[in-house]
Amino acid sequence: MSGPTNPPANGADEAGPFAFTKANAALAEEIVGRYPEDREASAVMPLLDLAQRQNGGWLPPPAVAYVADYLGMPHIRVYEVVTFYSMFNLKPVGRNQVKVCTTTPCWLCGSAEVLDACRETLGIDLDETSEDGEFTLTEVECIGACVNAPVIQINDDYYEDLDGARTAALLDLLKKGEKPKPGSQTGRQCSAPVKGLATLISSGKMKGREGD
Amino acid sequence: MLREEDRVFTNLYGAGDWRLKGARSRGDWDNTKDLMAKGADWIIDEVKKSGLRGRGGAGFPTGLKWSFMPKEPDGRPHYLVVNADEGEPGTCKDRDVLRNEPHKLLEGCLLASLAMDAHLAYIYIRGEFHDEAERLEAAVEEAREAGLIGKDACGSGFEFDIRVHRGAGAYICGEETALLESLEGRKGMPRLKPPFPAGAGLYGCPTTVNNVESLAVVPDILRRGGSWFSALGRPNNAGTKIFCISGHVNDPCNVEEEMGIPLKELIEKHAGGVRGGWDKLLAVIPGGSSVPLIPKLVCDSVLMDFDSLVEVKSGLGTAAVIVMDKSTDIVAAIARLSKFYKHESCGQCTPCREGTGWMWRVMERLVTGDAGIKEIDLLLEVSHEIEGHTICALGDAAAWPVQGLIRHFRPELERRIEACKTAQAPAPAGTRAA
Repeated sequence: MSGPTNPPANGADEAGPFAFTKANAALAEEIVGRYPEDREASAVMPLLDLAQRQNGGWLPPPAVAYVADYLGMPHIRVYEVVTFYSMFNLKPVGRNQVKVCTTTPCWLCGSAEVLDACRETLGIDLDETSEDGEFTLTEVECIGACVNAPVIQINDDYYEDLDGARTAALLDLLKKGEKPKPGSQTGRQCSAPVKGLATLISSGKMKGREGD
Repeated sequence: MLREEDRVFTNLYGAGDWRLKGARSRGDWDNTKDLMAKGADWIIDEVKKSGLRGRGGAGFPTGLKWSFMPKEPDGRPHYLVVNADEGEPGTCKDRDVLRNEPHKLLEGCLLASLAMDAHLAYIYIRGEFHDEAERLEAAVEEAREAGLIGKDACGSGFEFDIRVHRGAGAYICGEETALLESLEGRKGMPRLKPPFPAGAGLYGCPTTVNNVESLAVVPDILRRGGSWFSALGRPNNAGTKIFCISGHVNDPCNVEEEMGIPLKELIEKHAGGVRGGWDKLLAVIPGGSSVPLIPKLVCDSVLMDFDSLVEVKSGLGTAAVIVMDKSTDIVAAIARLSKFYKHESCGQCTPCREGTGWMWRVMERLVTGDAGIKEIDLLLEVSHEIEGHTICALGDAAAWPVQGLIRHFRPELERRIEACKTAQAPAPAGTRAA
């Protein structure tokens, strides 16, 4: 994986110290309270996520150490967790993490075209970060929105029912600093069929069926 | 086709309000206290009577699973853990329950927990489902504020709480013991069984892990009676099921249908048919990426339930139907799944850690035909060495798609190998001499 050429827009200095903000410290305490006494280690994933969000999307060594010490865990145990789960980043990432699903259901529906549109629009390849620190492009395994394939996830949001043009359009919006509306990019209602709604016809709540 | 009045998930598509008010208007949380008053044995009996089999892929009878929890208290707390780590390629049904019908799941959690004497449930939701997790947390808060869960759940005197735990991106955590490891703050590596979770699960305490959809249908089963559910579908394959239809169909969608619906009817009635017509169908993966594909000939008549699909050497799995038409590079489609399993193997067991990568590399060569004919049988043999020789079922799940491909598309693999050999072969001696 090639590293970024610039420091991340929102990242902490790698060597700098890390501590939860006051608000996050309160949240961390609440999170630890969700688990039984003496089972604080259960909070490791949520706390790493909290630290990562505070630090602009990645976990520098001081942040990992901070979470480990916070929970009284050996540092190596926390590193095991950080390296095992794909959503933790040990390297700086762009402000917008563009994650393209290319697993078979998305692939069948054109994820290659979507990935090409990402490459072209962003001017970067997989596992690269744009020079301005705005975008990181990665390939991800099935993100579980297969009937809305192909899909990409940008930070926390899903963008569904894509093709090359729709992908380029929403990335262009992001480049302008605007946030495209998440969800289906063809205006579908969640996972409902677009054409023949053969089911839920009596609920009277689907589009075009009001007052049934 | 499933009758409207038998439908469980009436807000599957989120057209209505997902919040408590909307959920109540659809019948959720209606007299839950009365159901609770009937007691643990009655609940387990009704669920057994309903014939409900787990909706997460394995299809184990839910009521029976619940009955494995210890009856005599030994001082250890009991836990219900909800597997909302949906990630089987092709599958996106629990996502709809989580975001559009969260109260069905929460009510199901309460009833199941009463039946198993669990006073705390953890819902482990995949980390990518950020918005779904926020909704779920909001729904839990609503239920707490309304007194439906908490110190005196629904006024029954039963104390019960629900906590949401977010994953961080690992398919293997959908395996129940890996999920428990992860919930305890470790790498998601499956545990050796026994002990089974009912004996020693979360924090070493009796635990039952259930899929989202399995729990979400429980309130309806208890209200309408186990016999209502078991009358739907076929014997041993009862009830309604959410199907996810993806791939080369005109109108991909999720839909709740009766178990045992013919595959062809499912695709044609709900998903607008195969792109270009039924005759353009090549193959279907009928139950999520882990089950072997079935070719069109089988698709013509197979029924969508556990037993029917096992008869054709596949499986219902999560009921995620991945449709592939004749334009599909079927070898590449399966090779991509091999890559998925290689990526998601936790690395604990050697046959899986080494085998998934090995199979993927051979599959990649088979896509271009850059392989020897004997490698097809070698691949099959290695897949059998992985299958059944690992702690969890991920090894099996990696082996089955490859086995399905060889079972039904061996001539295609041979054709590619021959074509590649012909293209690479030096020109025949005669032409060189000339």
